[in-house]
Amino acid sequence: MSLLVALPFLIPMVAGSVSLLAWPSRRAQRAIAVVGTAGQLIAAVVLLVVVWNDGIQVLAAGAWPAPYGITLATDLLSALMVLMTGITGFAAALYSLPTISSRMERNGYYPLMHMLLAGVAGVFLTTDLFNLYVWFEILLLASFALLAMGQERAQMAGALKYVVLNLFSSAMFLSALGLLYGLAGTLNMADLAVKLPALDDGGRVTLVSMLFMLAFSIKAASFPLFFWLPASYHTAPVAVSALFAGLLTKVGVYSLYRTFTLVFTEDVPWTHGWLQVSAGFTMVVGALGALAQTDIRRTFAFLHVSQIGYMLMGLALFTPIALAAGVFYFAHHIIMKSNLFFLSGVIYRLGGSYRRDELGGLWTARPWLSLVFLVPALSLCGIPPLSGFWGKLLIVRAGVDAGSGWLLAAVLVTSVLTLLAVMRIWADVFWKAAPQDRPVRRAPLPVMLWVVTVGLAAGTLWIGFTVEPLWALAERASAQLLDPSAYIEAVLSPELP
Amino acid sequence: MLLMLAVIIAGAVSAPWISRLAGGRGAFALVAVPVVALLLLGRMASGEAAEVLEAYTWVPGLDVAAAFRLDGLSLLMASLVLGIGVFIVAYAAKYLEGDERQPRFMATLLLFMAAMLGLVLADDVILLFIFWELTSLTSYLLIGFDHTQAKARQAALQGLVVTVAGGLCLLVGLIMFGEMAGSYRLSEWVLQGEMLISQPTSGWALLMVVLGCVTKSAQFPFHFWLPNAMAAPTPVSAYLHSATMVKAGVFLLARLYPTLGAHPGWQWLVPLGAFTAVFAAFMAFRSDEMKKVLAYTTVMALGTLTLLIGMGEAQAAVGFLLAHALYKGALFMLAGVITHETGAKALSGVGGMRRHLPWTWGAALFAAASAAGVMPWVGVIAKELLLESALGHGVWVVVAAVVSAGIVGGMLFTVALRPFIGAPRAPRAPEAIHEAGPWLLAGPVALAGLGLLLGLVPGLADQVLVPAARALGAVDPAALALWHGVNHAFVASLGSLAIAALVWWLWPRTLRWMGTAGWDRFGPERAYDASLGALGAVAVGVTAKLQSGLLRRYVAITLLSTIVLLLSTLLLRGDAVVWPQFSATISVPIVLAAGVLVLAVLAIRLVDALSVALILGAVGFGVSLLYLWFSAPDLAITQVMIETLTTILLVLILFRLPRMRRLSSPSQRMADMVLAIFGGGIVSLVLWQVMAAPSPVSISEWLIARSMPEGHGRNIVNVILVDFRALDTLGEIVVLALAAMGGYALLKSPPNTGERES
Repeated sequence: MSLLVALPFLIPMVAGSVSLLAWPSRRAQRAIAVVGTAGQLIAAVVLLVVVWNDGIQVLAAGAWPAPYGITLATDLLSALMVLMTGITGFAAALYSLPTISSRMERNGYYPLMHMLLAGVAGVFLTTDLFNLYVWFEILLLASFALLAMGQERAQMAGALKYVVLNLFSSAMFLSALGLLYGLAGTLNMADLAVKLPALDDGGRVTLVSMLFMLAFSIKAASFPLFFWLPASYHTAPVAVSALFAGLLTKVGVYSLYRTFTLVFTEDVPWTHGWLQVSAGFTMVVGALGALAQTDIRRTFAFLHVSQIGYMLMGLALFTPIALAAGVFYFAHHIIMKSNLFFLSGVIYRLGGSYRRDELGGLWTARPWLSLVFLVPALSLCGIPPLSGFWGKLLIVRAGVDAGSGWLLAAVLVTSVLTLLAVMRIWADVFWKAAPQDRPVRRAPLPVMLWVVTVGLAAGTLWIGFTVEPLWALAERASAQLLDPSAYIEAVLSPELP
Repeated sequence: MLLMLAVIIAGAVSAPWISRLAGGRGAFALVAVPVVALLLLGRMASGEAAEVLEAYTWVPGLDVAAAFRLDGLSLLMASLVLGIGVFIVAYAAKYLEGDERQPRFMATLLLFMAAMLGLVLADDVILLFIFWELTSLTSYLLIGFDHTQAKARQAALQGLVVTVAGGLCLLVGLIMFGEMAGSYRLSEWVLQGEMLISQPTSGWALLMVVLGCVTKSAQFPFHFWLPNAMAAPTPVSAYLHSATMVKAGVFLLARLYPTLGAHPGWQWLVPLGAFTAVFAAFMAFRSDEMKKVLAYTTVMALGTLTLLIGMGEAQAAVGFLLAHALYKGALFMLAGVITHETGAKALSGVGGMRRHLPWTWGAALFAAASAAGVMPWVGVIAKELLLESALGHGVWVVVAAVVSAGIVGGMLFTVALRPFIGAPRAPRAPEAIHEAGPWLLAGPVALAGLGLLLGLVPGLADQVLVPAARALGAVDPAALALWHGVNHAFVASLGSLAIAALVWWLWPRTLRWMGTAGWDRFGPERAYDASLGALGAVAVGVTAKLQSGLLRRYVAITLLSTIVLLLSTLLLRGDAVVWPQFSATISVPIVLAAGVLVLAVLAIRLVDALSVALILGAVGFGVSLLYLWFSAPDLAITQVMIETLTTILLVLILFRLPRMRRLSSPSQRMADMVLAIFGGGIVSLVLWQVMAAPSPVSISEWLIARSMPEGHGRNIVNVILVDFRALDTLGEIVVLALAAMGGYALLKSPPNTGERES
């Protein structure tokens, strides 16, 4: 029993509220943004260390025991995800300082950002499915407001698609909750894990689980439900789209990981079989989409979809190494992908466009920046020894172990398509000469942009060169997922204070 | 061995700064890097042991270690990488002197050297693969050196795509073998060869590995990237694309030969290599550009090596590899000198340079003599080993070897002679042409001289080649000799010299016709281009279909997915479907439900927004009446309040909005209707299944029991909201606050760009 479990969402919630109170002062809001996100990051680090050393941490809100009250719990997967939330949030806050317009700052940009982070952390920490729904609502509204507040035409169009499709997901989620409660009489996931196997339900739980799968797959942006992502990511301010890239889809993928290892394992060949199909198509279709783009942010958005497929494949194969590969990919992907969005913003600043046909000359004019870009870009392509290589290696190994030939083929095809899409960006934006009417700007970059992009690139390099720490964590997290008895026990029988 | 790598990587990292020292002359100092590494290698190889293993833990959780192995084969390759590397660095320092991109170039070149060295020394296959990919990447950066040229960018990408796609296959193959063997060490695989071969999936794994090797080593039909890679500066062509990197595939095949050579599939390397050799020789014959000729002859050499490894002829393979690295490295650098000094790239554009470039000519003749297999150069030993091996494997292998070797010999003599004989002519005025300096000539002269030395004193070559052949599993490799007497191989060798002479004579006479005959309309490169084009079209087509930008379609696809998933689960899994039972009697709820339905249909039919809002309100009231009937008064009251408020708000807002318009056609609406009815129907059916299930033991009993004594509230709903599940309520409060903030931000100020500058 420890309050520590709640800190990762309490801190941004408080920071958001204080920021709201400090509405008139932009300076105060900016300071709170840095302090609040740093606080969340620190709490996340401490939480991970505690979970690593002492095992699963549990907090029953209001001291009402599970499954009657709401219980929060964190195992290694959720602690890792919370840590990634902390890192992305802190990076986005720093990046926001020199880039977000004063108009957006005045309209509540920072409070919204805090609440988004609170919502994401809440998703990773709760053990109660209805509570999960509430966290989803929080982050949906916060992200919608962040998307739409720029008020440009493209942003409104993107935000509309985003909100409609996500509300569809919410409606499905809510219906599924009602149906599941009707079947089991409880919505605590640990309690469900105990009660569902004892239920003589004649496959009804599997039926309801498909609704959960659909709802979470929309959130995760997997095939064929990914439309909202490429429609909206590229329209937001850079800091926001990087934040989204790091976290929003992960919330859906995490929910799939949690529910389809802990709760819905009654008919694995069927449920996880569908996930395999979805994973394969997500990879290939996402990468094809990326090839059809000239806007670099849209390219990255489609590649993001494609990589959701890799993560889903880890869950879908449902073996220890596959799940561990998926968890590894989660962490690596968040750091790499948010950095690529941050870097797209830097490129825009220097070249005045997001379209690769209108850009050029950065390799000559900005060699250091080019090197920083190469780190996440090559990692995305899976070039060794960067983090993406290990992710790919693990996924291939999981595929070989499971003997899943067609998924392996999908991984190979996707890798080549990804390479093509990314290297075309490199060739056009960095190698090609700058267009005559659009020379690369010479002005120095704000130091915060360097801090964020170099810091995240260093993270990618660190994962790539050390490998072992993250892999050990992923392996243990995967073991916890496959044998959830410790989680169930911790949630259902916490020592009361 | 890690130390060697560290030295080179340190050199690479500091190269940009070192190159700028002494007014841009610092690049010459970088020659010290491979020299130091070579000394380290020499010290390590001087020991008694047949092989040196060196391993450091890296990722124990994945069985990946920084494990290196120095045996005969890796010693030969490492010596080539570093030895030729010394001359290449010197050559590049001069070749690009004064170019502002030189610092980056030198750094990338040294990085490549480290990667290549790591590749040949690696014992852990994952480590080997990492270096393998790094050579592809550095090769990409070097081919694209002249990056403002679209052609260079394309060639770089082509090379990268082909080699990385092959690399992915290789990775899969290596992992398959690794999982079979339970180890990722080459040195441990060797001990389990028979077990690996007997595995049912070993054919697939071998295919994947071979795909990786043949793309890297430019075998037909993946050869086309290599001639295009000649867009790179000459030092790169000489080093990566002839002497070292392209041999990586052949090297790995050789490494695996002792393990997998007995696999029945291994035999296929023979026709593949033979065809590649003949095909490339022919392609060389119809080329005019010097570097193209050299590139195709390199492909021919790689084909020959594949052929030899396919046949398991260890000694011939390593002998050929060594001889080729020496003469081809020299010839590339000499071609670079000719271009550097005369400005000519095509063979037909230059002639009579024997007085202007005497050293270049001499070295070129030496190298070509070795290549064509003339006594007493080392090439003749290599060629006779090749022919002797071929004689043991059937007539058509001999024919392929003789023909390809003959054509290539003739073409290399063309490269080494034609620019120098006849009347002086060159793009640059002949008076302005001077012999290159020692930095450019040191390499080719040394390599060409070495070719002669090793031919005259074959015992020297034996020192490297015998251990290398042993590493390949050759039990007792014979000592090399220049003269084997008049035997079949000698006759075949004479035959190939005759073909060489014929090619020499034919080339200028057929060049125009051969070069313009439109051969390029077919072949693998066209297939590559066409598949890239098709891929682009497919990508655009698929994306346009899926990501259409139409919200209507997105919702339709989402709904369709829901229907497919739910229906298939309903029909294919679990118990039989429970169908709803309708009774014929008319009751109050049925009347109410029918009324709600009629109103809902009406709402769809109407166009006027105001009426739609009002009717939707009425639908809501109907639903709350249903709640009331089923004795849920508090739920009904809540519903009534919500409906009232939303209707009032909607009416207030809609009053100020323009009228709605119908944008969809009747047929679209029809399709939407079908989809909607299906979607609603399937969800109702699911609901029916759940209702048919036995009621569970719910947690509500517990909540009811504790509401008053522990929650201190009579109204259990209130206690749930503010106590049992207070966290949810807190969340919902946040949701409301966020909605308010979002609304404020949306309504507040006029549209603007999202960011200050970017």
